[in-house]
Amino acid sequence: MFKQTTAITAMNLRSIPQRVGTSWVIVIGIAVTVAVLVSVLAMVDGFSKTLANTGRADRAIVLRGGSVAELSSTISRDNTITIMDAPGVKKDADGKPIASAEMVAVVALPQRRTGTAANVTVRGIGAKALELRPEIHIVAGRMFQPAVRELIVGHSAVTQFKGVDIGSHITFRNTDWTVVGEFESGGDAHESELMGDIETVLSAFRRNLFQSVTVMLDSPAAFAQFKDKLTTDPTLTVDVKREPDYYAEQSKQLNKLLNFLAFGVGGIMAIGAIFGALNTMYSAVSARSLEIATLRAIGFGAGAVVVSVFVEALLLSLVGGLIGAAAAWLFFNGNTVNTLGANFTQVVFHLTVTPHLLISGIIWACFIGVLGGLFPAIRAARLPVATALRAA
Amino acid sequence: MSAIVSLHNVVKTYTRGKQTVEVLHNLSIEIAQGDFVALMGPSGSGKTTLLNLIGGLDRPSRGEVNVAGERIDQLSSGQLAKWRARHVGFVFQFYNLMPMLSAERNVELPLLLTNLSGAQRKQNVLAALTVVGLADRAKHKPAELSGGQAQRVAIARALVADPTLLVCDEPTGDLDRTTADEILHLLQMLNKDHGKTIVMVTHDPKAAEYASHQLHLDKGQLVEGSAHA
Repeated sequence: MFKQTTAITAMNLRSIPQRVGTSWVIVIGIAVTVAVLVSVLAMVDGFSKTLANTGRADRAIVLRGGSVAELSSTISRDNTITIMDAPGVKKDADGKPIASAEMVAVVALPQRRTGTAANVTVRGIGAKALELRPEIHIVAGRMFQPAVRELIVGHSAVTQFKGVDIGSHITFRNTDWTVVGEFESGGDAHESELMGDIETVLSAFRRNLFQSVTVMLDSPAAFAQFKDKLTTDPTLTVDVKREPDYYAEQSKQLNKLLNFLAFGVGGIMAIGAIFGALNTMYSAVSARSLEIATLRAIGFGAGAVVVSVFVEALLLSLVGGLIGAAAAWLFFNGNTVNTLGANFTQVVFHLTVTPHLLISGIIWACFIGVLGGLFPAIRAARLPVATALRAA
Repeated sequence: MSAIVSLHNVVKTYTRGKQTVEVLHNLSIEIAQGDFVALMGPSGSGKTTLLNLIGGLDRPSRGEVNVAGERIDQLSSGQLAKWRARHVGFVFQFYNLMPMLSAERNVELPLLLTNLSGAQRKQNVLAALTVVGLADRAKHKPAELSGGQAQRVAIARALVADPTLLVCDEPTGDLDRTTADEILHLLQMLNKDHGKTIVMVTHDPKAAEYASHQLHLDKGQLVEGSAHA
């Protein structure tokens, strides 16, 4: 059986140059499907990772009860003190809580690539913000000064938006702000933001209410105690979430959409590719019906014919899958893109075409090849030998 | 000599839509081992159908088909394929060579169904090509061969596994007279010198003259000659 299959498969493969046009239908159809699938999944992966990297299990974020994102939340000054003094919040050497009451606002900045305006988050942060988020490092320039209209800008924002380089001036709410530093925070969502002193930002936006309080906990296990205290306090109506849970929720909707795009659009394209493969393999079987009948007459078994058609469909699909995966890797891997996040602001993230995604794409390609080869293979096996010989 | 092919009361019908057509009617024939039989008759007389039954490419609707000591009408498709590989060499009108394979690779095909080693297969292929006088064209592909040479390669392929029976369907139908005579001489030589039993379908009375017996079919029945060839 193995010798028979090898012989027929080798013959089939050698005849591909005579059927190069129809063979390309499988290869190109599958390559495009895999490229689209892998690149959209890389987007899902990149976006999820960016938001997942933003949180730490020993940090908690407090929003007004019922608020799904910071933009729709408000917390009074009195309440921020209650929150920061709650049990479970880590204290610094001076006994002060490591926490930051913050506000976020949206400003429009031109994108470097297109020049069109896109929303960017301006975050007002407290004095303890860098202690709270040790992942934030100033990589160029310096930290902003309190009570001065100065901003630091995330590295991802610098790569995506114009006019945010150190020394640039940004105007919003009729106030002029100077960019004095650039920071990195491990590629998380904050790296897409501009940050300034909370009191100065509040005054520029003529607000007196904060939108969130983020606290460092004594340990991840202290979360329950902290949450219990806040949610049972009758003076507070707040939602308390671990930071990773909060950012996972923020990415859920977009992830759903991107997954739908990947598997919806990819699925439709896969169906198209299956029909392409079916068509190609039916043509291949039809073009070789005399050869198949002759081999069957000589004594080659139907099983060997079925396997050989399958192997050909699989090999062509594999070539398509490899081309598609390579194209996705070449054109999309490492690309930085931005999309609208939960605060109606842009989140900048990196597309990473991981080996896992490449393998998934190739598995899809093989799946398409198997389905595309199945019916033509059955047809080839059931070809009545005498009839096929006579038709010649 | 003992009969190597024996058909008893064979009926073969085909269904085309709602119509059933009986192609062979209660046919009984016997062909002795070492015989060279020409099956003749007008188009539609059932000669290719009969040849397909003898070669195990088709099954009768009724009746018995015994070839090479086996009741082949009762074999499954898989068993028939193995039986054909062991007992039958086919020669077709249009040669049916694999266009992408060289002459020697074409001839080697039936040997891939045996347990012979690569070296043994090579030796047998060379022997078969030598018998048909084409050892020097072993590396050529079918497109590089003339019609007569291609048919010789096809005969070498039919011979190479040393089958019990050679089944030839219009082997000279695509060749000019001179080349056809060369092929028929070759078949005659294989019959006389190598003892091969040959059953050949032909329209050509001159081709039939090379056979030792002729069976004439008309409307699915033997009309002339002997049922015991």
